[in-house]
Amino acid sequence: MLIPHPLLGPRDAQEFTYLGDASLIDRPDWQGEDAAAAFHDYLYQRDNPAGLHRELWFHEQGDRSWLVVTRNTLTHEIMGAELARDVARARGRGK
Amino acid sequence: MTQMNRISGGLIDRSKTVNFSFDGARYQGHAGDTLASALLANGVRLMGRSFKYHRPRGPISAGSEEPNALVELRGGARREPNTRATVAELFEGLDATSQNRWPSLGFDLLAVNDMLSPFFAAGFYYKTFMWPKAFWEKLYEPIIRRAAGLGSLSGEVDPDLYDKGFRHCDLLIIGAGPAGLAAALTAGRAGADVILADEDFRMGGRLLAETFSLGDAGGSDWADGVLAELASLPNVRLMTRTTVLGAFDHGIYGALERNADHLPVAPAGKPRQTLWRIYARRALLCAGATERPIAFRNNDRPGIMMAGALRAYANRWAAVPGREAVIFTNNDDGHRTAQDLAAAGLRIAAVVDSRKEAPRSGDYPIHAGAVVIDAVGRKGLHSVDVRRSNGEVSRIPCTTLGVSGGWNPNVHLTCHQRGRPEWDAGLAAFVPGGVLPPGMTVAGAAQGILSTAGALASGAAGAVAALDALGRKAKPADLPRAEDAPVSLTPLWHVPGKGRAWIDPQNDVTVKDVKLAHKEGYVSVEHLKRYTTLGMATDQGKTANVTGLAVMAQVSGKSIPETGTTIFRPPYTPVPIAAFAGRSAGKDFRPVRLTPSHKWAAEQGAVFVEVGMWLRAQWFPRPGETHWRQSVDREVLATRKSVGICDVTTLGKIDVQGTDAAEFLNRVYVNAFGKLAVGKVRYGLMLREDGMAMDDGTTARLAEDHFVMTTTTANAVGVFRHLEFCRQCLWPDMDVQLISTTEAWAQYSVAGPNARKLLQKIVDPGHDISNEAFPYMACGDITVCGGLRARLFRISFSGELAYEIAVPTRYGDGLIRAMVKAGQEFDAVVYGTEALGVMRIEKGHPAGNELNGTTTALNLGMGGMVSKKKDCIGNTLSEREGLNRDDALNLVGFRPVQAGDPLAAGSHFIRKGAEAVAANDEGYLTSVAYSPHLQSMIGLGFLAAGKSRLGEVLRAVNPVEGAETLVEVVSPHFVDPEGERLRV
Repeated sequence: MLIPHPLLGPRDAQEFTYLGDASLIDRPDWQGEDAAAAFHDYLYQRDNPAGLHRELWFHEQGDRSWLVVTRNTLTHEIMGAELARDVARARGRGK
Repeated sequence: MTQMNRISGGLIDRSKTVNFSFDGARYQGHAGDTLASALLANGVRLMGRSFKYHRPRGPISAGSEEPNALVELRGGARREPNTRATVAELFEGLDATSQNRWPSLGFDLLAVNDMLSPFFAAGFYYKTFMWPKAFWEKLYEPIIRRAAGLGSLSGEVDPDLYDKGFRHCDLLIIGAGPAGLAAALTAGRAGADVILADEDFRMGGRLLAETFSLGDAGGSDWADGVLAELASLPNVRLMTRTTVLGAFDHGIYGALERNADHLPVAPAGKPRQTLWRIYARRALLCAGATERPIAFRNNDRPGIMMAGALRAYANRWAAVPGREAVIFTNNDDGHRTAQDLAAAGLRIAAVVDSRKEAPRSGDYPIHAGAVVIDAVGRKGLHSVDVRRSNGEVSRIPCTTLGVSGGWNPNVHLTCHQRGRPEWDAGLAAFVPGGVLPPGMTVAGAAQGILSTAGALASGAAGAVAALDALGRKAKPADLPRAEDAPVSLTPLWHVPGKGRAWIDPQNDVTVKDVKLAHKEGYVSVEHLKRYTTLGMATDQGKTANVTGLAVMAQVSGKSIPETGTTIFRPPYTPVPIAAFAGRSAGKDFRPVRLTPSHKWAAEQGAVFVEVGMWLRAQWFPRPGETHWRQSVDREVLATRKSVGICDVTTLGKIDVQGTDAAEFLNRVYVNAFGKLAVGKVRYGLMLREDGMAMDDGTTARLAEDHFVMTTTTANAVGVFRHLEFCRQCLWPDMDVQLISTTEAWAQYSVAGPNARKLLQKIVDPGHDISNEAFPYMACGDITVCGGLRARLFRISFSGELAYEIAVPTRYGDGLIRAMVKAGQEFDAVVYGTEALGVMRIEKGHPAGNELNGTTTALNLGMGGMVSKKKDCIGNTLSEREGLNRDDALNLVGFRPVQAGDPLAAGSHFIRKGAEAVAANDEGYLTSVAYSPHLQSMIGLGFLAAGKSRLGEVLRAVNPVEGAETLVEVVSPHFVDPEGERLRV
């Protein structure tokens, strides 16, 4: 597989390690109501879609960027890759 | 021996004679021969024995689809089993032997299996060897494995080199027959970056095997002309002897190049084979087609082969299996073989055409509407029985029979990403389906275009279309006039009648087996294949699958498309494991990391142990020490008495900088780091988000915005990855930067009452490291040995007064030599990981055995460290009720009640009097060591509510070894429980 790194262009998937669903970016607020339940869902509940899947890849043998890759799980077609940091910011994460 | 079946013509180089041997007999062939063509030329038709019945077999093909002629090449460590003689290029001194026969190919005792064939029908393994169960492993399987088999491995280390490579191109053309050559010419002239790959040692494909002309030239001459032009183009790379074995995601193709299989031994330092990963923007599959047999009784006799293979041997290699030929065909292409063989001087005894209307193709007997019903000649064909259209049966003497059941397009690579071929009723064959691997198109016979003119035109058009998709304009190469005959065929899959008719000769699958499977209720083609073993092993059913499917369709009364289809997985042909390994063999299979003072440790005679990828000194034997415990006990006692030095370079080191560095550490460690003073070190425990301990270590604050974290050796990579995740994905606006400095610093622990005195001889004057100026948990930049930059940390894993000192990597070797010299007056020792482990167990420090992925801070006795005032990874879920029960496991110490008793890590704790079953399990022992200090075995372990059970006596049960020891629950701090030694 080739992953279109937003900074470095197409890179072989062998350079990356895989983590899983990009929803891991959405870490709950520890002081929120039902924080324990929210963390439980965050950590253990995953969708398993047949089709588009947004997922986290780490460019471990490269520039150490975490990427959010959008991949079709049926065809392995990759629709795009973004820096996870940009995705996190867009989803309201800061410090 | 003369080459009795060598005829005139061909593309072999008769000026070069090549000597070779088969089963010990010596023969001669010519450059350009394959092993199969040279053996045929020498009158050898019998080349192997079948898998199950040990039937005598000869080659049925002239290519990589060969199911029968599997041989072992070379000897000794280079022995190579299961090689197809039909693609093995002849070289001087080639030593080949037959397989799966005993005592000899001509006389094989296990051929008795053939007589017993009623017992070996489809599924016989499952039916016959069911009972008694215990007999399977001990008796049945070994016997079956010995009787049914292919070649055997040498069992020695492969002495050859294998390599891996990476190539990129605009257009990868797979197959260099007429379609591939026309495509390469078109794309090459347009300036595109082209790779043309072909599995053969000579490019040209079917053009080398036919007598057609292209324009005014012979087919192979035209191919040579095109190849010469392609070779002159700098943008075209020709890869002969290269099999494209699979189409993978995103335009990546795997290819095996056999660099030196055609040589006795690869040139020194050069690979024998290379596994290529080709990144192609577009690919054009021009893989041609494979002829298929018609099954009839005894159609596996040596001398019977595909009609197209028979004429390939005659036209390209000037070799024939015999001089009297019969052709059995259901289509016009079979007649071409008769014409070519007649022109080459063979006697055509008959052309048996199953169709009612057969063309008058030549001046030889043609039997229309007739079929071959049997073949005679166990070790070599000598006649066939033919049933004419009027029902009359006659026996026709012949030494070779060419069979043509039509051609199957080589759709294999189109299936590698779930593409399903579609049935083409006109061809009576599967052609590539609508869904192809992205970026791939198909041309020529692989697409179902079986005429030469059609192949040329579709190849050129395919190249134009591929380049158009890349935004490049190309015009099709000017193509010569060529043969353009339509396919004329009436399907015939098998000739009904008595006896066994072979569909898959490699796996000994007959028409009867398929019928039996149907009778037993097999409906799915995939189940049929697995039950009968149709299409398995080295040829993957290239000649057999479609015929098997057709017979299945016939017996079930369905059409072929209704019955199903058969798809293919990579690799196209077998790939040696050595090629997948490439250079990752021997010591390069698992590279090791060495610390800067490794050479010094080796000089001291250290015994090394693998820790992750590192080699660490385990202990340092001294003269007279015969048991490792003697060395370890000495190292421990000397360190606690005076001073010891240990290489701790392998611990992970992560540099953390930025204005938010302190807050970042607050979030990844359970304990607080915000108020850690500059020049101080703190122990930190890190959890996973699920509340389980992940790693621990010390972190030093070198400046307001600069920390150095250490991790355990084993978790260094994972912790770094986790921290990058936290930094980029969770808190993207934090001003914090990370870099691994593990390999930038050599680091040594100096421990023991005389540690400071030793260091004072190394540390440059001006740096005060007295207890007052540099107390426990202090850290700072210093210089040593006259100006060398260093870092000093006053931390202790052993429980003694101890420091860790770090210098830039290249000074590690020099520093340890200087410290050992400085330590002589204190009788300093160097200690390894075993002594390190003993001392940390004596001190009660948890390590990898305790941070085992299932333990919480509470379990480890560090529940109080988890700050409730801040957010940190794992904080919320560590509060789960189930992890905080009153009877949760606690880390405590254990001592045998009888001082001399052994302790085994992994033992489980059971109360006295209770049965040793899982329900009564109260915890387990994680680490044990012999403490020379206490002169007893000691252990650390987890015990339910252990902290409140000090003094209790339990059984440590080791059911694996049937042993148990009575132990007393004690504090985990066996040495200096108050920590006074640390602070002196």
